[in-house]
Amino acid sequence: MTYNSTLHCILLVLVMAVVSFLLRAFPFILFSGKRETPKFVIYLGKVLPFAIIGMLVVYCVKDMNFTAVANFLPYIIAGAVVVVLHVWRRNTLLSIIAGTLSYMALVQFVF
Amino acid sequence: MMTRKNDAKKAFVATLPVLAGYLALGFGFGVLLSTKGFGAIWALFMSVTMFGGSMQYAAVDFLADEISLVSAAVMTLIINARHLFYGISLLDKYKGVGAKKIYMIHALTDETYSLVCSDEIAKGVENKHFYYFLISLFDHIYWIAGCTLGAVFGTNVSFNSEGIDFVLTALFLTIFVEQWMSSKNHTSAIIGVVAAVVCTVIFHDNMLIPTMVLILVALVVLRYVRRDKHDL
Repeated sequence: MTYNSTLHCILLVLVMAVVSFLLRAFPFILFSGKRETPKFVIYLGKVLPFAIIGMLVVYCVKDMNFTAVANFLPYIIAGAVVVVLHVWRRNTLLSIIAGTLSYMALVQFVF
Repeated sequence: MMTRKNDAKKAFVATLPVLAGYLALGFGFGVLLSTKGFGAIWALFMSVTMFGGSMQYAAVDFLADEISLVSAAVMTLIINARHLFYGISLLDKYKGVGAKKIYMIHALTDETYSLVCSDEIAKGVENKHFYYFLISLFDHIYWIAGCTLGAVFGTNVSFNSEGIDFVLTALFLTIFVEQWMSSKNHTSAIIGVVAAVVCTVIFHDNMLIPTMVLILVALVVLRYVRRDKHDL
């Protein structure tokens, strides 16, 4: 088999897949087996999800800007729908569906 | 047997928002990939092996430009760096899962991580390991389906789905609110949001790595300042 574009692309995908996997596996490899997990790591494991999910929320709306109403109001309104509905009913699917539909309606028909 | 069925149902319902989000985002990826001359088989191959949203979108250009293998490895490290820390929260939850664990680690995306971390959504589940496994598997299947369908149908299909990707924003936001209401201490949540906002203003699209660094530094500092209180 000669080295050509197709083979190179296959190797590219495999390299990216392996690195992605190793990143995800790193903590499990590092803190596996008999040794007790350091207290500090347990602490991080406990508090990190709160911070990371906060980060992911912001990451999702990072394209929001205040140069035009259409660039921020749909996010604000739909986000408020999700938060208010969730605090009120605490029904995950309901909050997500209502929030998404209102966002879609806002970007498609209003702004 | 009944409990397994019940757990499977719970996992399916929990992943419904991801179903909508992954089909839409995966479809977008498949369309983009096919415009660069890579067909459905590539979309299938990539979504099975790489399984990552932003990573695969970036990879479209890497393949089209045939960048070097070393560059691809470095870019993957940069784009997916945040995943280094996801496992820390799951050391306990995934303990003793067995052979399935390797697959669950492979399938650990932002969305899977968020769902596995939400104990509120998992309430009433009998076999947690089985439930976490199914969440990983379901999410992966949605993603593979979205990517492959996108590459198959390409630009031939047009339905007005503008804004559907907000479903993942809503998912994260719901989990955020749920965590906020079910915990007394909001320090870590506030650190995450403030760090992300600050880093978005400074670094724009490249905010993820600086945000992770800032979060870790803040949490480390807090831990040493308030040694007595571990239950942040």
